[in-house]
Amino acid sequence: MMDPFSLTFMDVFRFATHIGLAHFLLLAAVLFAIGLFGLLTRRGLIPALMCVELMLNAVNLNLVAFNRYLPMPDLSGQLMALFSIAVGAAEVAVGVALAFRVYRDRATVNLDDLDHLKG
Amino acid sequence: MFDFALTHAWLIPLLPALAFLIIGLGTRRDKDASAKIAITFSGLSFLLALGVLGAVITRPIVMADPFVMKTLWAKVGDIELSMGVLVDPLTAMMLFVVTTVALLVQIYSVGYMAHDPGAGRFFAFLSLFAASMLGLVLSVNFMQMYAFWELVGLCSYLLIGFYYYKDSAREAAKKAFITTRIGDFGMLLGILLVQLTFGTMDFVELKTLLPTYIWETGGGILTIIALLLFIGPIGKSGQFPLHVWLPDAMEGPTPVSALIHAATMVVAGVYLVGRAYFLFSALPVVLEVIAWVGGFTAFFAATIAVTQRPFKRILAYSTISQLGYMMLALGVGSLTASMFHLMTHAFFKALLFLCAGAVIEAMHEEADIFKMGGLRERMPVTFRCMAIGVLAIAGVPPLAGFFSKDAILAAAAEVSLPLYLLATATAFLTAFYMARLLFVAFFGEVKPDCPAQETNAWMRWPLVILAALSVVSGAWGHFAGFGEWIFYGPVGEEHIDWLIAGTSVALTAVAFYLAYEIYVMKRWSAYEISRRLGVLYRLSYNKYYVDEFYTVIRNTFVDKLGAVLYWFDLHVVDGVVNGLARFTGGLSGVLGLAENGQVQRYVAVFYCGVIALTAYSLLIAAMLLAVVGGAF
Amino acid sequence: MNDLLSLVHSLVNGGMDMAVEMGAPDLILAGIFYALAGVAVLSAVGVVLCRNVVHSALLLTASFIGTGCLYIYLDADFMGAVQFLVYGGAVAILIVMALMLTRRDDMDHSNPSRGLFHQVGAAVVAGGFLLTMGLAALLSPFREAPASPGDSAAGLADLMLTKYVLPFEVAAILLLIAMIGAIILAKGADEA
Repeated sequence: MMDPFSLTFMDVFRFATHIGLAHFLLLAAVLFAIGLFGLLTRRGLIPALMCVELMLNAVNLNLVAFNRYLPMPDLSGQLMALFSIAVGAAEVAVGVALAFRVYRDRATVNLDDLDHLKG
Repeated sequence: MFDFALTHAWLIPLLPALAFLIIGLGTRRDKDASAKIAITFSGLSFLLALGVLGAVITRPIVMADPFVMKTLWAKVGDIELSMGVLVDPLTAMMLFVVTTVALLVQIYSVGYMAHDPGAGRFFAFLSLFAASMLGLVLSVNFMQMYAFWELVGLCSYLLIGFYYYKDSAREAAKKAFITTRIGDFGMLLGILLVQLTFGTMDFVELKTLLPTYIWETGGGILTIIALLLFIGPIGKSGQFPLHVWLPDAMEGPTPVSALIHAATMVVAGVYLVGRAYFLFSALPVVLEVIAWVGGFTAFFAATIAVTQRPFKRILAYSTISQLGYMMLALGVGSLTASMFHLMTHAFFKALLFLCAGAVIEAMHEEADIFKMGGLRERMPVTFRCMAIGVLAIAGVPPLAGFFSKDAILAAAAEVSLPLYLLATATAFLTAFYMARLLFVAFFGEVKPDCPAQETNAWMRWPLVILAALSVVSGAWGHFAGFGEWIFYGPVGEEHIDWLIAGTSVALTAVAFYLAYEIYVMKRWSAYEISRRLGVLYRLSYNKYYVDEFYTVIRNTFVDKLGAVLYWFDLHVVDGVVNGLARFTGGLSGVLGLAENGQVQRYVAVFYCGVIALTAYSLLIAAMLLAVVGGAF
Repeated sequence: MNDLLSLVHSLVNGGMDMAVEMGAPDLILAGIFYALAGVAVLSAVGVVLCRNVVHSALLLTASFIGTGCLYIYLDADFMGAVQFLVYGGAVAILIVMALMLTRRDDMDHSNPSRGLFHQVGAAVVAGGFLLTMGLAALLSPFREAPASPGDSAAGLADLMLTKYVLPFEVAAILLLIAMIGAIILAKGADEA
């Protein structure tokens, strides 16, 4: 481990220009964090769902990046990501259907009002 | 035959107990059957008691060497508790007195309770009482005596509160029980100290252990023990200041008053002191306390009796006064005089109470003597018996009271002049108020609407028998050598001190004359005299406000203490509990923030956990890397 | 004409050699990465912060497309295609449909955020997450493998039908169930 204070500009430049696993992982983390922030901040049910999709997306990116940059005998990482996409799609479908129901039964999609799990 | 009675003396209390069980479980509803059972078993006890008396006289058994039969009842650690019978002349005398009066009272009750639906219950309780009292008398040790002591207290409560539908009866029963309880508490402390000090509670063993103990250790703790033990008799035998329950105990049916509160239970205290006299007589301080308590009680009660109006209440204060006499006798060192008076008093006091019962019943429950009058015309037999009783209690020779009271006065005079004067003054007052009672109720004009008639046979015969006993028991006791039979210490010579006897008879005569003039001839107005005596009269009439004083103490102490404890309970105890509840509520409120039903809250919490776990793994990994080094 | 062509040819070759010497391919690759990453990230930010929910949905689609391009950059061309088709084509549409069907009021302010308290808290949590994961990403010593672009579709197919055939079947069933479930949920159990 290098201690971060002895890094020079050239080291940073070299790091920045040679794209590796770390970059993708960082990117995925950023996307996930943005999605998490959105999930915790949005008031509507559908926008929250959108942020969940963002997070899923980030995870898939992670899987594929691992597959590309780590020495792997086959394409398992991409396959996992494929299944993840499939499941994610199913989840969105069901989630939207649920949103319909909630909207019909309670006339609101405001997450603040949907606190029936209270207690 | 006498030996049979002696060795089976334990049957004497057992038979009435059986009667109680049989009546209580079986024949309670049937008055006649209950009465028959009670009287039969009491009669058998009476015969056995006579047998024991015979045995004691013929063997003979003497005070110094009693007959003891006991069995080990329980062993608790090192303490052995025995139950059994102890028979000596004192026991024999008590057995005779208790069984006689109990039997006569039960016969009387057949007539008295003829119209009462609760008669079965009455006979059951009377039998239980008889059993308890007899067991007390036969006790071999303090523990057995205490057990029966409590039992007689219970019976007293049950019988005073016999008319449970009356408020006054219930209150009186409670008062009796609680007041005697205070006495019992002190006594129990004394008994426990006895056990601790001597390792035994047996009377015979204690008697032998005591002289050595005193010689070695001296009297200090013994005085405390004796005083504590004496507190019991103060309660049970109605001495000042725990006398307040006796007058109220008159709420019970008259046979109860006759049996329990005149002849038997109240003398249990005197009997205790007598039974443990080896202890008391060795401690001069205690004797002095006993004598003064007794003397003061006697005088105090007599001063109250002169102004009272209800028939039985006068008799109740008279009982307190006479019990004081007995205690006084014990205090001045004469076991003989005290026990002699106990015996004679049992007979004439029971007689007086049974007459009272007859009169009150005849007057249709009217008890105020000033509402009666001229009853000697309407109830001649009752009048004659009553007169005999009054003469006996006033100490007119040759009736019973003369001999026994003279013995007490003589004993007092030998020891202490102030006590003698107190006793003599009491005798004067006793004669006066008893004469007053007799004259007001039985002499004079019959009131216009007086319903009185002579009583029925069941009630009359016990009166007659008791009257006969009141006449002869004194003389018999004196001439047959009561003093050589029941005594402690040196045998007293059985002579009559003519000076003392003469003085007391003279005073009695004066008192009778005064009462006669005031209440029969109406020469001096009683009303005028009471007005002249003003404060004194009011004090006497209101019983010196002792009850009111106790009420004030109770109110301030108990109620205030109750208020303090209530505050404590409310604020501290409840405070803790409520505080806990509020704390839990608060805590749950805080913890509930994580459960507010909003999914996003749950997600946030979830991810906090994720971050924590990840950071932790990172740390571990970093440490591992530092150790391992290099890439993997 | 031939001379001109060969001159250009040699210039280009020389230029490319020079570029390779200077490390230009890496730079270009990096630049492409940053551009695509920027698209993905900025549209994600837009999803989260946009007032208008329809704008959010469209920006979501843009983010998906950016991610798809990143898959292609990672030599996962089949994955990229699937991403475009499924996410961009199905999920995004589904979401827009859901938005249309559950709104009544005015669209311009239809994506409110919760109070400041929640925003700060969310920022803390997300920031913490980012920090932790970022540190993990940066400080972990990975051994990198060289690029080996193969036919990913064929490779995936191989994998799916031999080693991962069970998950494949299960995924199929899952999709069926999800479909049925969504229908039942949306229509109501009696009607469906």
